[in-house]
Amino acid sequence: MSVAQDISKQMPEDVTPEMLAQLDDICQKYRGKPGGLIPVLQQVQGVVGYLPVAVQDRISQKLGVPGHEVFGVTTFYSFFSMTPKGRHTVRVCMGTACYVRGGKEVLDRLERHLDIPVDSTTPDRRFTLEQVRCLGACGVAPVVVVDQDTHRKVMADTAVDLVERYQ
Amino acid sequence: MDTNQPTMSINGTMVTFTPGQTILEVAWERGIDIPTLCYLKDASPTGACRICLVEVKGARTLVASCAMPAGPGMEVTTDSPEVHRSRRLNIELLLASGNHNCLTCEKNGECKLQDLAYAYGIKEIRFQGQTQQYPKDDSNPLITRDFSRCILCGRCVQACNDLQVNRAIGYGYRGAASKIVTTGDRPYQESDCVFCGQCVEACPVGALTEKKAKGLARSWETKKVRTTCPYCGVGCQMWLHVKAGRIVKVTAVEDAQPNRGMLCVKGRFGYDFVHSPERLTTPLIKGEDGQHHPATWDQALDLVATRLKQIKKKHGANAIAGVSCARSINEDSYNMQKLFRAAIGTNNIDHCARVCHAPTVAGLAASFGSGAMTNSFADFDKARLIFVIGSNITEAHPVAGALVKRAVAKGAQLIVADPRFTGIAESAHIYVPIKVGSDVAFINGLMNVIISEGLQDQAYIDRCTTGYADLVAKVAEYPPSKAARIAGIGVDLLRETARKLASVKPAMLVYTLGITEHTCGVNNVRSTANLQMLLGNVGFECGGVNPLRGQNNVQGACDMGALPGDYPGYQKVENPAARHKFEEAWGVKMPRKNGLMIPQMFEGIEQGEIKALWVFGENLANTEPDIRHVEHCLKSVEFLICNDIFPTETTRFADVIFPAAAWSEDDGTFANSERRVQRVRKAVEPPGQAKPNWWIFREVAGRLGQEWKSKSGQDIWDKEVSELAPLFKGIKYSRLENDGLQWPCPDKNHPGTACMHKEGRFTCGLGNFEALDWTPPAEVPDKKYPLVLSTGRRLYHYHTRTQTGRCGGLNDLLGQETADISLADAAELGVADGDMVRVSSRRGQVMVKARVTRQVPKGLVWMAFHFREGNANWLTNPVYDPISLTAEYKACAVRVEKA
Repeated sequence: MSVAQDISKQMPEDVTPEMLAQLDDICQKYRGKPGGLIPVLQQVQGVVGYLPVAVQDRISQKLGVPGHEVFGVTTFYSFFSMTPKGRHTVRVCMGTACYVRGGKEVLDRLERHLDIPVDSTTPDRRFTLEQVRCLGACGVAPVVVVDQDTHRKVMADTAVDLVERYQ
Repeated sequence: MDTNQPTMSINGTMVTFTPGQTILEVAWERGIDIPTLCYLKDASPTGACRICLVEVKGARTLVASCAMPAGPGMEVTTDSPEVHRSRRLNIELLLASGNHNCLTCEKNGECKLQDLAYAYGIKEIRFQGQTQQYPKDDSNPLITRDFSRCILCGRCVQACNDLQVNRAIGYGYRGAASKIVTTGDRPYQESDCVFCGQCVEACPVGALTEKKAKGLARSWETKKVRTTCPYCGVGCQMWLHVKAGRIVKVTAVEDAQPNRGMLCVKGRFGYDFVHSPERLTTPLIKGEDGQHHPATWDQALDLVATRLKQIKKKHGANAIAGVSCARSINEDSYNMQKLFRAAIGTNNIDHCARVCHAPTVAGLAASFGSGAMTNSFADFDKARLIFVIGSNITEAHPVAGALVKRAVAKGAQLIVADPRFTGIAESAHIYVPIKVGSDVAFINGLMNVIISEGLQDQAYIDRCTTGYADLVAKVAEYPPSKAARIAGIGVDLLRETARKLASVKPAMLVYTLGITEHTCGVNNVRSTANLQMLLGNVGFECGGVNPLRGQNNVQGACDMGALPGDYPGYQKVENPAARHKFEEAWGVKMPRKNGLMIPQMFEGIEQGEIKALWVFGENLANTEPDIRHVEHCLKSVEFLICNDIFPTETTRFADVIFPAAAWSEDDGTFANSERRVQRVRKAVEPPGQAKPNWWIFREVAGRLGQEWKSKSGQDIWDKEVSELAPLFKGIKYSRLENDGLQWPCPDKNHPGTACMHKEGRFTCGLGNFEALDWTPPAEVPDKKYPLVLSTGRRLYHYHTRTQTGRCGGLNDLLGQETADISLADAAELGVADGDMVRVSSRRGQVMVKARVTRQVPKGLVWMAFHFREGNANWLTNPVYDPISLTAEYKACAVRVEKA
């Protein structure tokens, strides 16, 4: 933290003081431990939902890791997001097996249904739609993962009903 | 061939190597060329560019020689059709990866990618590259970032993280989208970047370039002149790139001591003041109308000589006083003190060490026999434990700060004691937030713990020191509870600090003005000496007591005898033998008594005893405590002479102003903090009629009836300084071509002295412990003025900005003074960051912007003296250390109100 960079940048409004307190606890647990940055980012994203730069600044400060490193790791792994996520994350597999058995149609239909392009979030923050490369479940392709649930042999028609089950 | 060393073969020749060396290092050592784009000396290898590939027999693929350790029996081929093809392909891919158009590139002629393309005979680009992803970042005033030319070699990242340890940039994003980024991919000026420009220096291509140098010169058109930086006391070695009489760029001298290829923002970007249109170019004489009018040199010199003669005749020589300059070369200070002593006949000569490190000169001389830094900058990054007290090292001595941070990165322990949570405190293992002005009590408390727990080095104490019994008795009066209470810290923290200090030997102590600028400055200095002797740390590499001198040549100005009690080389005025020696050399009788120190000169002016004052290169009107009082004195002195390169707040009052040659316009020497005498070289001509300062003093001496033989900086040093001062006897210009020499250097074969008081054999014989009591600052907070004001220097400026204020970019980075206050006080006062506040003391008041910061604890206000507007010295307290007469800049009482 340089002299110029003293008071940290504006924290987004949706990041509550309770979340920041949790963030501080998580950092405290990993401070000084080599390799601690990735688990911290995972856990903080779990708490906050995403990793805006102001949150990264705070992690850098509390963990004692250079800010550019926090940013570098955050932007390197597709798992981490710097934009807010929906309450539910819908991941459609675009691996070869899923693709040829209709995964692309599933994705197209969900884009139309949710009215957002892939890799974005609905304005009501209900859904984030993502595509992923091969989840290793090729035998039951095409696969759609919603949050922690894996759904097998999903077709374009059933996909809409499937996501609508998640409020 | 040394049979103990392992061997390998390179291109069929057997060579030895040292275990740990990489193939690349072994090859380079033997003069075998292996090209590389990403290798950066002193940084850990990344193997990013794949240009240094070589064949190693038995290896599955080509090997990156920069990252592969040499092994016994290895058979390496550095150039083969396979290697050649691979390198060529990589270069072609790099060329295709961006916009590598050389025609208008700043790096044309010194671009490593261009050189490689030429060497590998690449005539056209075979591949279609991607279109440019990231726009050029031209938003900061100093460094242009052109991502279209970036080859992602990572040298800038290493320079920032491994060399300067600023940790501002790294790799961001992924794959083809990769980019060198700051935190949050913000522009440099909104990031952790401190604009040292090491990334620019490291960039092998045109991705990072100096904005100020743009379009001024192609690399082959410039003459490169090696010189010493004109800013702080680290004394960095730099190349001035000169074209058509102008400095167009500054780069670091690689491998040179003390900076080893590093510079800071002021050194790298603070050069263009010499070409400012505001330079003084002709002598000026104040007319009846109160205005300054141009005059000839003869008119100005004659007037000064005549007036000095009149005043001396009427009031005696002691009615004349002079203040020399700690930024100018040694030879200037030497001639000025010689003018005062030999031609005018008074010892009333002093300089700005009075306001900074005079307590060091006095205190360390009393403790050790020599008042200078005991060790060298080369020790900093090798040390295993460093104790930094009262030193904002990353802002005031940035390159020394980088060395400390490098030591920490390599595993050294760091303890920082400072009222403010400064930049270096962020790297500390133990940070001790002592109260302003509590140093003696704090250190006595540390010594109390050390002695009561038997952690002192008794053998060293018995063998090398005297006064120990008194010290033991005195520190017994400072049990941890009392010391911790005075210092405002916890008892456990005090104990932990003491034990940590005693746990590593030797440990290095570094201090700056947080120690000296107090009414107890000399006692503070002597306390640091006590502590280091108690631990047996003085006289060893990576140990000692290391004051960092503030100005580039403040060590030199002291060395040259610009002090009221010292001839050159610290030979005492009051020592008859020394006096006789100089009387004989200069052919005159000289006064036996010490002259006046700066505060006494002002007192003398007030009392009508000082009639003439000669101020050389100092801006006293802004730098001394209590500006109102200082200006009153400058106004009322009968005859004021100034040498300067710019009109300043001080020259307004002058009767005669001499226009002086600036740094880079004259040949001479500086002495840096570690006693290293280094060459300063002329690169450009002075503007107009400006003349070297030594010449001005020589001319006046001539008019006062003395013919001085020396007619150049080299004459003055070689024929006078080094002949008259045993400390510098072995130092001659011919020996200073490269890294200079550290005094003491008693004869022409002596290699100079990196570490003083070797093994505890002190210059004065036995080291002197001094039992000391803590005394509070002269002015402490009360109901009316409830806060403590402490002052200092900020990164982007230097003193009163006569230089840095006229350098492009630096004002953009820091354009005004602020009052730094804590979050707690800000909340209490209802002040937000950036609000205007009124800060007042018993001396005056200023209106400044508040900077609300975590660096400052509750109860403290911190300001600098760079700007006339909001200058802290309207507020500071003109009370002095009784021995060194150094003012208490670090503590006075103030009130802050929302304006």
